[in-house]
Amino acid sequence: MRIILVGCGKIGVALLSALVAEGHDLVAMDNRQEVLDDLTNQFDVMCVNGNGADCEALQDAGVERSDLVIAVTGSDELNMLMCYLSKRMGAAHTIARIRNPQYHDKSLSFLRQQLDLSMSINPELLTAQELLHILKLPAASKIETFSRRNFEMIELRLKADSPLVGQKLMNLRDRFKAKFLICVVQRDSEVVIPRGDFILQGGDRIGLTADRTELWKLLKATGLAKRQAKNVMLIGGSRIAFYLSKMLLSSGSNVILIESDRAICHRFTDAMPGVSAFCGDGTHQELLQESGLSDQDAFVSLTGMDEENLLLAYHARLQHVSQVIAKINRDEMVRMAEQMGLESVVSPKDVVVNVVLRYARALESSKGSSIENLYQLMDGKAEALEFIVCSAADFTHVPLKDLRLKKNILIAGILRDRKAIIPSGSDVILPGDRVVVIAGHRRLNALSDILL
Amino acid sequence: MNRKMVFYTIGRILLLEGAVLALPLAVSVYYWDGGQLPLLLTIALSLGLGLLFIKVFRPDSQVIYAREGFLITALAWVIVSALGALPFVLSGEIPCFVDAFFETVSGFTTTGASILTDVEVMSRSMLFWRSFTHWIGGMGVLVLMVAVMPNLSGRTIHILRAEMPGPTMGKLSPKLGDTAKLLYLLYIALTVLEFLLLVAGGMPLFDSAVHTFGTAGTGGFGIKADSLAGYSPYLQWVIAVFMMLFGINFNLFFLLIMRRFRAAFRSEELWTYVGIVLVATGLICWNIRPLFPSFSESLRHAFFQVTTISSTTGYSTANFDTWPTLSRMLLVLLMFIGACAGSTAGGLKVSRLVLLFKTFRREIRHLLHPRAVTSVRFEGRPVDSSTLISVSTYFAIYVGLFVAFWFLLSFQPGFDGVSNFTAVAACYNNIGPGLNLVGPAASYAGYSPVCKVLLSFAMLFGRLEIYPMLISLSPGIWRKN
Repeated sequence: MRIILVGCGKIGVALLSALVAEGHDLVAMDNRQEVLDDLTNQFDVMCVNGNGADCEALQDAGVERSDLVIAVTGSDELNMLMCYLSKRMGAAHTIARIRNPQYHDKSLSFLRQQLDLSMSINPELLTAQELLHILKLPAASKIETFSRRNFEMIELRLKADSPLVGQKLMNLRDRFKAKFLICVVQRDSEVVIPRGDFILQGGDRIGLTADRTELWKLLKATGLAKRQAKNVMLIGGSRIAFYLSKMLLSSGSNVILIESDRAICHRFTDAMPGVSAFCGDGTHQELLQESGLSDQDAFVSLTGMDEENLLLAYHARLQHVSQVIAKINRDEMVRMAEQMGLESVVSPKDVVVNVVLRYARALESSKGSSIENLYQLMDGKAEALEFIVCSAADFTHVPLKDLRLKKNILIAGILRDRKAIIPSGSDVILPGDRVVVIAGHRRLNALSDILL
Repeated sequence: MNRKMVFYTIGRILLLEGAVLALPLAVSVYYWDGGQLPLLLTIALSLGLGLLFIKVFRPDSQVIYAREGFLITALAWVIVSALGALPFVLSGEIPCFVDAFFETVSGFTTTGASILTDVEVMSRSMLFWRSFTHWIGGMGVLVLMVAVMPNLSGRTIHILRAEMPGPTMGKLSPKLGDTAKLLYLLYIALTVLEFLLLVAGGMPLFDSAVHTFGTAGTGGFGIKADSLAGYSPYLQWVIAVFMMLFGINFNLFFLLIMRRFRAAFRSEELWTYVGIVLVATGLICWNIRPLFPSFSESLRHAFFQVTTISSTTGYSTANFDTWPTLSRMLLVLLMFIGACAGSTAGGLKVSRLVLLFKTFRREIRHLLHPRAVTSVRFEGRPVDSSTLISVSTYFAIYVGLFVAFWFLLSFQPGFDGVSNFTAVAACYNNIGPGLNLVGPAASYAGYSPVCKVLLSFAMLFGRLEIYPMLISLSPGIWRKN
C-alpha cells in the first residue's frame, strides 16, 4: 500500500519503521529538513519537505494515489485539516491523531464523521487503557484481549519457584485443571513457539492464552492470582494520568497523584474529587513515604522522563509495592528496565504502532478472512492475530492435525458463539469463527497465509 | 566498517555483469566473428567470482552507512571495468591490458575516448560490447543492480547517492527499487524510440543499435573512422536531438509521464541548459558560416557539435579541431559545464553552475552590504547554505584535481599543453575527443601506459563525481575502528 505519514516525531518514526518493515511504500512528510535527511539514510522511504495542510506538498507526496494518510503532527487541528484535505484530494483512508481531551467527548464521533476520518488515535487514552488492563490483572506484565474481552492473552515472566517450571507443557493442563495454552516463550533473547514436550525454566517469559474464567482458575492454582490493585499511586500529572485516574476511580480504586505543578494538581482535583493529589517532586523519597508509598498495591510512574520513570519504579519495587509499572518511550530503555527486574513497562509508542499496524493489515486483508486484532508480543518478535473467517476456504472443516502449517505458526484459540476453544488436533475451523493465531518471525495478512 | 557487505554487494554486481555480457555473446554467435570464446570465458569468470564473493562474504548484518556506499561504488566500477576489458584482451583485438582497461573504463564512464587507431577493423561483437558498456554505465551499474535484484536493506540509498550524478538525489517513488526500475524503464523507452527513428532513416540495424547505445549513455564510441560524418543529415539531426534529450534530468521525463507538465516545464535547470545550447549553437553557427556552403549545413554542424559536447557524448560530424579559435574555445567551455544533474551526462552539471553563479552574486552583495540578508533560490525553493557550501567545495576540488591531472600528464613527452589540457578535460568530463593531438580525428594511442591509467582514473573520478574515488583511495577508510 502507498502510505503518506505526516509528522516525523517519536511516534511518527516508530510508525514509519514498523510500516516499512511490513513492506509498504511510504512517503514521509515533515517541515524539518534535518529530520528527513536522517530518515532517508535509515529507511527506504521518500521524503517530502512541507506542511501537511499545504495542497501542493500533498500533491508532491502523491496523495491522489495513496491508500492511507496518517497525520501525527503535534497539532490536533493540523492533523484534522490535513486528513480532510487529503480525503478531498483522493486519499482512500485517513487516520488522525487527536489527543486533546476536549475533542474526546461527544464531539469526537461527529468530528470523525464530518471529516470522513477512518480512525482517530489518541495515544494517551490508548496507553491509559493498556495500563488499566495490567492493573486489573496484577500477575501479568502485559495483557491483550481478543474478541470482545472474553479471550485473553497474558505475558508473564516465570520465577524460579513457579509451579509451572520444570514441567512438560503437555502435562500442565491436567495438573492445573484449567484450559489454557502456552503459545510463545522467550528464553534469553530467543523467541520460540513451544511444542508439547517443551520444558519451562525459571526466567522464561511466556505468553499464554485462555478464556477469562479459565485464566483465573490457572492463576489461582499456581498462586499467581492477586486481587485487583485497590490503592494506586501515580507520579506525574500527564494526560495519561488523567485518563487513567478517571478509569481507576470508576472501577472503585483509590488514586494518589504526585505532581510538582500546583495548577495541574488543581485540574485533577477539580475534575475528579476522588483523587488525592500531593503537590511536590516525585523524585523525593521523603515525599513518597509521606504520601504512603509502602501502603500501595500499585505504583505507576508517568513523568515525561524515561530515566526518572525507571528509577522511580525501581525505588517503588525496593519498597515492596507489589505492582510497579513504568512508562518508557525509548526502546533501549525498555531493555534496561528488564535488566533491572522491572517487567511491566508500557510504551505509548508501541501501543499506537499496534493499533495502526492492525488497521493497515486489515485494509490489505483478503480471501475470506480479515484481521480483527493484532498484537505484538515479546518486543515485536512474535505476533498474535485474530482473524474472522467469513466464508468457507481450504482450511475450514479440516481437523487441525491434518492442516499443513508453516513453521512458527500456532493456532492458539478458536472463538465460536461466545465460547473459546483451546484447540486440539481434532478441532476444526468453521466459517463464522474467530481464530487466534500466533506467528513467530513472520507476518500474516490473511488466515490462508498460515498454510504451507 | 561492514567489509563483508561491501564485497557481498560487489559479488552481486559481478553476477550482473556476467548476465549483461550474454547480449554481446548473442551478437557474436549471430555474426560468428570469433568473439564467442573470449566472451564466454569472461562470463564464466565473472559468474564464478560473483558466486565466490557471495558465498565467502555472506554478511552478518546488512546495515551500511555512507562510507560503505562510497566504497561499494568505487570498487564496483573499477572491478567491473577490469573484467569488462578481458574480452578485448582475450580476443587479441586490443592485446595490451592497459589499453583494454582504458577502453572499457571509457565505455562504462560514457566517455568515448579511444586508443584505437583504426576502429573499422574491430569485430562486430567487440564493437557491440564496447558500445553496450556506454548504455549500462550511462544510467549506472549499481542502479541496474538495485532495479533487477531484490533490495538488500533500507540503506541502499547510500550506494545510489554515490553513483547518481548531481548535487542531490530525488526519489521518484517511495521504494528505491521501484525508483531504479522507473528510471530504467524511461531509459529503455527513449532508447527504443531513438533506435526506431534511426532505422526508419535508413541506418543499418547494427549501426543503429551501436549509435543508440552511444547516444543514450552519452558515451560516443563510433564504428567509423569519421564518427558520424558519413551519415545522412536526417540521421545526424535525430542523434543531435536525442543527445540533448539524454542530457536532461530524468525526473522531468517522469513528471511529464505523470502529466505534471507545469512542474516539468518550470525547471530552472532545464531552461538554463536549453539556453546554453541555443546561444552556443548560434555563436558557432555564425563563426563557422564561411566554412560551409549553405546555412542549413553550418547550423547542423554547429548544433550537432554543441549537443555532442554539452551532453558529454563525443560523436562528431566534422573535425571541429580545424574550426576557428572562438568555436573551439566555446566547445572547450561547454565540456566543463556538461548537462543536467540526474541525466546520463557528465561534466560539472548545469545545476551546480547556476548555484555557483548565485552564490557568487550573493557574496558580492554581502561585500557591498555586510548586513544584507539574502536567500538563494533554485527551482522555486530556497537552498540552504550547507548545499551551497558543498557545491562550492565540490567546484574547488574539481578544479584542483583537474589541474593535478593536467600537471601529471605533462611528464609525457611529445604532447603539447593544449592537447594535454583538452585530453584531461575530455576524460574528466566524460566527453571523448579533445583538441590537437587528441582531436576528433586522432586517438589516445600515443600516451604511455602510465598516462592511460591516469586518464582512466580521471574518467572514473569524473563519472562518480570525485568523492567515491577520493574516499576509497584514502587509507583511513580501510582501517578497522
